[in-house]
Amino acid sequence: MSHELGAPIVVIDAIEKRFGALVVLRDISLTVRRGECVCVIGPSGSGKSTLLRAINALVPVSKGSIRVDGIEVNDPDLDKLALRRKVGIVFQQYNLFPHKTALENVMMAPLHVLKQPKDEVEARARRLLAKVRLSDKEGAYPGELSGGQQQRVAIARSLAMNPTLMLFDEVTAALDPETKKEVLVTIRELAAEGMTCMLVTHEMGFAAEVADHIYFTDGGTIVEHGPPAEFFKNARHERTRAFLDQVL
Amino acid sequence: MGSMQAIADWFKWLAGAHGINVSIAYDAFDRARFLTGLSTTVWLSVACIVLSILVGLVGAWLQGARSPLVRAAVAGFVQFFRNTPPLVQLAFFYFAVSAALPMVTDQFGARVPLVNNVGWAVISFSLFAGAFNIEIFRSGIEAVPQATTEAAEALGYTRLQSYIYVVFPLAFRICLPALGNNLVNLVKTTTLAYAIGVPELLYAAAQVWSETFNVREMMVVLLLTYVAIVAVLVWFMQRWERRLRIPGYNA
Ligand SMILES: Nc1ncnc2c1ncn2[C@@H]1O[C@H](COP(=O)(O)OP(=O)(O)OP(=O)(O)O)[C@@H](O)[C@H]1O
Ligand SMILES: [Mg+2]
Repeated sequence: MSHELGAPIVVIDAIEKRFGALVVLRDISLTVRRGECVCVIGPSGSGKSTLLRAINALVPVSKGSIRVDGIEVNDPDLDKLALRRKVGIVFQQYNLFPHKTALENVMMAPLHVLKQPKDEVEARARRLLAKVRLSDKEGAYPGELSGGQQQRVAIARSLAMNPTLMLFDEVTAALDPETKKEVLVTIRELAAEGMTCMLVTHEMGFAAEVADHIYFTDGGTIVEHGPPAEFFKNARHERTRAFLDQVL
Repeated sequence: MGSMQAIADWFKWLAGAHGINVSIAYDAFDRARFLTGLSTTVWLSVACIVLSILVGLVGAWLQGARSPLVRAAVAGFVQFFRNTPPLVQLAFFYFAVSAALPMVTDQFGARVPLVNNVGWAVISFSLFAGAFNIEIFRSGIEAVPQATTEAAEALGYTRLQSYIYVVFPLAFRICLPALGNNLVNLVKTTTLAYAIGVPELLYAAAQVWSETFNVREMMVVLLLTYVAIVAVLVWFMQRWERRLRIPGYNA
């Protein structure tokens, strides 16, 4: 997608993440600008999820700096709430609150965390569910929804916090091809509207179509990156070509 | 009132003709005693149920605390109350702890203990059942998927908010059956208060049979009364479980 790219929203500088002796991220640096959609691809275990989770402080990094819209994440005095208001994350397994209806799932965080007035929150939640084409499922519980529907509720739930940045971690990996499409359409619309997105995906076709920039990670490092046209046609590294041959 | 009178007359006849003496059915004095016992047992149970659930909630919350000291204190509390007999706990509170507390002056100017026997029964049973509730709630909390709490965290929930709005509502549903069992046990445990002279059901029944000499009959009445009380509690717990059931979700 091409649109005017704005100021940097995420600036990651030389971060390292270890789990004990295991180095999961090493010397990773990247920048995501306002309105940009960045895709991270790479083999299983290469640290993609860890990278996304580091950005909203679900995993602390061992070294380096992550700035999100001016907030330093790798800081013991980090204001987590301020960070999480800016960053929405959607997971592979949806992780909706099973005891709340679709509408309530979308309303909860603005009510409990942002303490916004209920009628305002409810009106916005209805608009968001309409946006992900689930107006008819407002009263359904997660257990009564298909995987694709649950994932779209999860996206609406994140959007309800009005984030500046959306992180998507293999959000279609658990879905069948049919329902995958519903979710991808939703993400494509968001990207087209100018939402800053960072997504980990195994859908190469989708990455090629939606991404402004692609990062290929392996063994905890960024092997190479570039705009999708170049990246998919002329991968420079042997490792990248081998991976692409395998998945394309 | 006519039919009540007829029932009373029939029990009177039963006692006279066959020697089966259910005195509380026709004797106003015995009946009043028994009903006082019943109401004491009911409110003692309700108070202990409410307090033991509170103990369980707070304890389970503290078990997740950052401070190892707090966690160790909760673990010690649970071990103590779970691994010792409730009758001994009650005696310990009533005889040992009470004696160590200052006396106070009541409204008539008499010197009385700070906490009376009923008070100690409530405290003792609430802590006893509360210790079990802590373990029950903890197992429920552990059954809530970490991914769900992580989703709350990612939405900006603090640990307390996530506990109140996400973890606890789910954990509670998971552990309701176990909680129900423990509360049934708690209701039965309240008879131990007899030992420190709390006028609950067993105490009242004993008063009746020691004066009316109808031990056999009162034992049967007593057992049937407990069957009824526990049936009400079980009915209530099942209703609660049904009300909290989430469509499409099996915990
Ligand atoms: N909490 C943890 N403790 C220890 N090791 C971890 C932890 N989380 C992740 N790892 C390890 O870090 C590495 C990277 O994991 P990560 O989940 O980021 O990979 P990924 O690229 O998302 O893989 P996938 O495509 O399978 O989702 C793996 O080797 C994993 O075993
Ligand atoms: Mg992953």
